[in-house]
Amino acid sequence: MADIQLKDLVKSYGPTEVLHHIEGDIKDGEFIVIVGPSGCGKSTLLRMVAGLETVTSGEIAIGGRRVNELEPSARDIAMVFQNYALYPHMSVRQNMAYGLKIRKLPKDEINRRVEEAAEILEIKQYLDRKPRQLSGGQRQRVAMGRAIVRDPQVFLFDEPLSNLDAKLRVQMRLEIRKLQQRLGVTSIYVTHDQVEAMTLGDRLMVLNGGYVEQFGTPIELYDRPASMFVAGFIGSPAMNFLPTEISAGHATLPGGGLLPVASSYSGAATLGLRPEHLNEDENGPIAIEIDMLEQLGANTLIHGRLHGTGHSITASVPGHANDGIGSIRRFSAAAELTHLFDTGSGKRLDI
Amino acid sequence: MVEHRPLTAFLTHLVLILGVFAIALPVWITFVASTHDELRMNQAPLPLWPGEYFLANMKQTLFGSGLSGTEQAPVWLMLLNSLAMALMISTGKIAISLLSAFAIVYFKFPFRMGFFWMIFITLMLPVEVRILPTFEVVANLGMLNSYWGLSIPLIASATATFMFRQVFLTVPDELLESARIDGAGPLRFFFDILLPLSRTNIAALFVILFIFGWNQYLWPLLITTDTSMTTIVMSIKQMLEAAEQSPQWNIIMTTALLAMIPPVFVVIAMQKLFVQGLTETDK
Repeated sequence: MADIQLKDLVKSYGPTEVLHHIEGDIKDGEFIVIVGPSGCGKSTLLRMVAGLETVTSGEIAIGGRRVNELEPSARDIAMVFQNYALYPHMSVRQNMAYGLKIRKLPKDEINRRVEEAAEILEIKQYLDRKPRQLSGGQRQRVAMGRAIVRDPQVFLFDEPLSNLDAKLRVQMRLEIRKLQQRLGVTSIYVTHDQVEAMTLGDRLMVLNGGYVEQFGTPIELYDRPASMFVAGFIGSPAMNFLPTEISAGHATLPGGGLLPVASSYSGAATLGLRPEHLNEDENGPIAIEIDMLEQLGANTLIHGRLHGTGHSITASVPGHANDGIGSIRRFSAAAELTHLFDTGSGKRLDI
Repeated sequence: MVEHRPLTAFLTHLVLILGVFAIALPVWITFVASTHDELRMNQAPLPLWPGEYFLANMKQTLFGSGLSGTEQAPVWLMLLNSLAMALMISTGKIAISLLSAFAIVYFKFPFRMGFFWMIFITLMLPVEVRILPTFEVVANLGMLNSYWGLSIPLIASATATFMFRQVFLTVPDELLESARIDGAGPLRFFFDILLPLSRTNIAALFVILFIFGWNQYLWPLLITTDTSMTTIVMSIKQMLEAAEQSPQWNIIMTTALLAMIPPVFVVIAMQKLFVQGLTETDK
């Protein structure tokens, strides 16, 4: 078990800097999810921790030991890859035992560990099959088994669920979480799926364009997003953004409505409203002209435009709805559930 | 495309049967000729059905002096020479091209692509083109009349290197990374992961290269002067021109028949892997 420190970490390919001064302290046993859109550098960061990419500058320490110059095998980590990366010509048992065989562990110790991991992952009956005879979910388990038998200080997951179908993904997500809690191994998990990130992580690191936008617990990120990027990325459906003018505790919406906000700021700002925080209110200041309804069963998403303007806005209402296209519904929002961002920098305004 | 019209069925079968006939007839005649005595083979018309001298011909060809009135090595020795040459060429080619492809695909070193193209360019330099300098080198190294001289100049292979390079490029990077995390060094990765994954390609290449080596004619003819180093393919030609007498077709054809057996055996033994190696792309 170990903690991980990332200190002023920079990665460049030639003159192009792709990761900019990443800082992060990961506590022993924590489950950290690195999340961001594709191309944000999240996989690169993970691979740097794994030792598959070199560190341009800065330091990575695992358990207080600087590992920048160490080979992946010397870092005491285990990695689960997106496409599983199982050795196709070896049986499940051989796949799981390969790393231990190289480390020259005694045969019965290897067998014991493989059996134990197979037991945990419920893949005992597949031990003598080849990876190609297994389904995607089973391969994923084998890949995790291969990580578990090494008994590492750190688990690294590189989008391990993205090749699975939706239902299996939800199930495996829970299993990974349970497994990690049971083993208590410090883990870093990379994904672009914000739901996966929210449900799995003790803390989330949101990356965008090589910068850390925010690093905190899922609830912190949801309740107090540090930037418009985080606000738009975390939560589904995504937060609505409207340009407003703030004065005297009120936001003037485009089209003229007045919405109370919990801020003493004054001046132009971007107002963020989560669709699920819009409450139906016949006298509310937010009038939505409906373009489309998405019926999800438990609730309905109303997509439309702020009446009289071109600003698109989405609201989530409980139950069913059958309003016609072009009809208008009015909403209000609680002042403490509104978010204000600086229009230029996208940073949260906390005044 | 599946059609069930009687006429097309008839035509396709006709074409196939003609094809089989065209290929099988010469082989059949070779076999028949090896079962008659010398006298019968010099009379017209040629026999189309086997006679009873097969074992006698076989014995004389394999262990006797072969063709009477010449100083040929016994055919079993030629078979052995050919086998040694073909095996050395095919295994040597495979070993060297596996290693060079491994170096080119998995290691970063200066002028990597330069080396690759240098290897590639040798495609344009088969033995026939570089015959004089190669002979000079082999002669100066004292490798005339030896297995080394027969095989080494033919071992370097751009085709095989290129093929293994393509095979290695289809192996996902994650396997290498996974092996690195498991603690496998380059050689371990090569032997534990890469070789087993290229198994079918190696087999396919072995079949092709074995036949290539077995059928070498010009090069062995040039560098062997000692009859004990004669290979079987060159001896068939020499038998035809031997002495002033009429050709002993029964012996020549028995030799030809014997010369066919090892390649056929290799193809049959490796057929399954061979087809997989040429068609399978999934790693």
